[in-house]
Amino acid sequence: MSLTNAANTPAVAAMKLRAEQLCVAFERDSKSVSVLEDITFDISDGEFICIVGRSGCGKSTLLNVLAGFLAPTSGSVIIDGEPVHGPDPRRILVFQEHGVFPWLTVEGNIGFGLSKLPRAEREHRVAHYVQMIGLQGFERTYPSDLSGGMKQRLQVARALAVNPDILYLDEAFGALDSITRLAMRKELLRIWQTERRTIIFVTHDIDEAVQLADRVVVLSSNPARIEDILTIDIRRPRNISSPHYLELRDKLLEQIGQAYTV
Amino acid sequence: MNSLSKPRNWEKYFWPVLAAALLFAIWHYCVVWTGTNIFPSPLDVEKGMAELLHKGVLWDDIEDSVRRVAVGFGAAAVTGIPLGLTLGLYPAANQMVNPVLQILRPISPIAWIPIAIILFGVGDRAAVFLIFLGAFFPIVLACVSGVSSVPSIFQRTGRNFGLSSTQLLARVVFPAALPQILIGLRIALGIAWVVVVAAEMIAVESGLGYLVIDSRNSGKRYDLVIAAMLLIGVIGLILDLGFRSLEGLPSVRWGFRHES
Repeated sequence: MSLTNAANTPAVAAMKLRAEQLCVAFERDSKSVSVLEDITFDISDGEFICIVGRSGCGKSTLLNVLAGFLAPTSGSVIIDGEPVHGPDPRRILVFQEHGVFPWLTVEGNIGFGLSKLPRAEREHRVAHYVQMIGLQGFERTYPSDLSGGMKQRLQVARALAVNPDILYLDEAFGALDSITRLAMRKELLRIWQTERRTIIFVTHDIDEAVQLADRVVVLSSNPARIEDILTIDIRRPRNISSPHYLELRDKLLEQIGQAYTV
Repeated sequence: MNSLSKPRNWEKYFWPVLAAALLFAIWHYCVVWTGTNIFPSPLDVEKGMAELLHKGVLWDDIEDSVRRVAVGFGAAAVTGIPLGLTLGLYPAANQMVNPVLQILRPISPIAWIPIAIILFGVGDRAAVFLIFLGAFFPIVLACVSGVSSVPSIFQRTGRNFGLSSTQLLARVVFPAALPQILIGLRIALGIAWVVVVAAEMIAVESGLGYLVIDSRNSGKRYDLVIAAMLLIGVIGLILDLGFRSLEGLPSVRWGFRHES
């Protein structure tokens, strides 16, 4: 399977994104506080990367830098050989919750980034993504009448509809209940396997990272540095009670600094 | 009655009607018991109302008042919304203008009557100007606060999809702020309706406000005064209900809490 190959030998695929010695410092009370320090990694095309770390460690800051919403204090982000200077429709950031536009219907949200396309093409694409996220029959529904899981699927669909190369997800399933979250992970993996995008997923949920990622970037806290980049060499679909899964999960927990007994 | 139980259909109308009927009854018996000759009873007022309708001037007065409100309120919305959106988008401009707005806002439009008469003379335009003043400030302030409370997630999403700043305003900021803008417009319309009555008592010789003051001045017709007052109340209620129905439109409904 190409998927497992990609997971085992990421170097074979073309390089998509390179973070080069990223540093971010904020001014706080006229003192400079370092948030990210010397973050360097490569991500290949079509890879699924999870970034984990303790809450408040700077994961979201890193994602905002990668997505171009925040300029790093020093260092650079290179995507397809070009430095990132700002947000771009070729890479879309999906937020935790309340990211869908409440004044637009399901169709309106999915079609939000497609206003430049001819009408027929737009309708075709909207219909395609409505089907992909299983919201047939809800095309004219407003987000206030959707469940949390449906809204997050809608946000992912709105992002995918503009055909981005990279999808950034900022704790995108963090506000959902654990059952919905599990279903969403399956859904995201299915979409990723059919659409082949590069996905960079920030989460504080270790299980989520081991279930989803090809590789997991572990950040330390205060300031965030790269603690480790762990390759998750488990075939998909992943058995989440296999010894190897548990071994990798425990390793990650240890790196985050948590014992695995409660 | 359990407070959690839904009121039955007939109860929705029965209790308000009962309350109004009680009020009319108290009014009626107060007039009867005190034996006053000046203050009219509800029945006198009803006769007065019929007389007004019969004479045919009433519709002209209603039309004049509504027209003045429409023009003054419309002008306030047309100028106030763009100004409010701009101030909301550019906090630096807002910091500059805000103190002036905050000083002008609490001045009752009634206090502007002498100025209005100097500027426009006694007539329609002075009344419209006063209504405009009353409606303008709440509209501007609602737009400013509506725009500045648009969640940054929406703005960032808009930029992420490659929108220019005008597209961002039209497709993200304005629709996101629209529920708050509608609330501001509704408050402004209420104020406009209050101001038109006051303005018509002084600045013009037609309209419902003029009807009130004229009925008193020409022959102490308090039955007509109260009939006109009740009409002002009913029309104000209709305007408010009409505006409220906008809150149910699908693209703004999310911004309002609805019980059902």
